[in-house]
Order: sequence, then C-alpha cells, then structure tokens
Amino acid sequence: MAPQQSKYAPSRRKVIASGLAVTTASLLHSPTRAEVEELTKTIFEITRGALPRYGRVKLTLPELAENGNLVSLLVNVDSPMTTDDYVKTIYILSEKNPLVIVARFHLTPRAGRARVRSNIRLATTQQVVALAEMSDGTFWQGGSSVIVTLAACIDGG
Amino acid sequence: MAQLPVRIILPSTAKKGDIIEIKTLIQHAMETGYRRDDVGKPIPRDIITTFAVTYGGVEVFKADFNQGVAANPYVAFTTIATESGELVFTWLDERGAATIERRKVTVS
Repeated sequence: MAPQQSKYAPSRRKVIASGLAVTTASLLHSPTRAEVEELTKTIFEITRGALPRYGRVKLTLPELAENGNLVSLLVNVDSPMTTDDYVKTIYILSEKNPLVIVARFHLTPRAGRARVRSNIRLATTQQVVALAEMSDGTFWQGGSSVIVTLAACIDGG
Repeated sequence: MAQLPVRIILPSTAKKGDIIEIKTLIQHAMETGYRRDDVGKPIPRDIITTFAVTYGGVEVFKADFNQGVAANPYVAFTTIATESGELVFTWLDERGAATIERRKVTVS
C-alpha cells in the first residue's frame, strides 16, 4: 500500500484536474478553483490523505433539477456486503453548497445491499460526489452533475 | 419537543434472508440557517442531525444529516430480514430532542 500511495501522492493536482474536466465537460458553469479545492480538501480529510479510486460507486441524480430544494438521490455501491467485505460509510459531498458534506450513511453487513435513497438540497448547478469507505479501509468515489434551475439556500424576499 | 409526525413503509412480513427496503420520512423543516425572516433577522439553523435504526436491538443503519438534506428528510435503505422482531427508528434534532417510532416485522 505504502509504495502505491507515494506513487500517487504527487498527482493530487491531476485528481483535481480530472474532476474539473468532468464537470466542465457537462456543465455551463465551471466551478471556481476555491470550490474545487474545498471539495478536494474535504475528500482528503475523510480519507486521511488516501486517494479514492473511481468506480464501484454509482450516484444517480436527475440531470436537470427544477428545484434545488428537493433533489432525489440514489447511491448504489458495488459490494458483496458480507461480514468481511462491506461498505462502512457513504459520504454525500457537494461542490458548491455552503457546506460540502451533505450527509453520511453508515451501513453494516446486515444491509444486504449498499443502496440508499434520499432527498438533498443543491445551492446551484454543480457536481455531487458520493464517497464510500469500505470495511478494508479503501475509498471509492462516483459522481454526478446536476443542472439546477431554482436554487436552494437563497432568500425568499 | 413533541414527537414529530413520521411515515415508515416496510413490509410487515418477510421471508428469512430476504433483503427488505425500508422507506422513512420525518416531517421537519430542516431550517438551513442561511435564511432570513421578514425583518431581516437570520433564522437559526434547526435540523435533524441523526437518524438511527435498530433491528432486534442491533443498529443496522445510521445517517448523519447536515443542512444539505432536504426538508422532511427522506431516507430509504435496505436490511436483511433476519428474525421476527422490532425495529426502532430514532431521529434526533440538534438540541437532542428525540422522535422514536417502532415497527414489528414477522419473518418466516
């Protein structure tokens, strides 16, 4: 594990860049550097510096949300959910909400399947990331981009 | 705080080993803390922070919410029908007030 990490450590910028590429490819608004750094910082705080791998996590959100106050979310993690190989925690992270961490779902092997549905708020058009911590300590991530036409968190008057 | 209205949908009977989906919703505004009232005074944050489910006394699911969770927090999750017994659903707001609901499931 250690040599692999040192191999990957210098390429954190690349990770940020790849996240950016995904986002900008599909969205009209590109995130500012500060927003991407806030999301990336939170990810590395959760993983304690480890680089999450892409895959296994499937985050399903509507491509277009008319109302950012209620966006339905489905997260599926590819895991056998046995006592020695299961998903411990799923983090839902937002790129542009005032608070990056939206929710955490803690699972056990008794879930049978790593699938959670919920409703979240999105401040604006952005990328949402689901980060899964496995029982073996590895992290996997998947993301989805949502275009929000009516934003949450804004003042009514 | 009084018990908040909740809705829980789960099968009342299941076959042993089946994976059942449980849908839950609690009526709560999930006030973000970012809004202001009519006179411009900030409305303080008031959210449900945790939701936990035990099945036969063992915790099978737990969620931590921030203000990014929509009003009337809805969560659907799965659990394996292991034995006939009681599921206890507990929601806590940030002042520690609890809303607790119980449901029985018969496993054959």
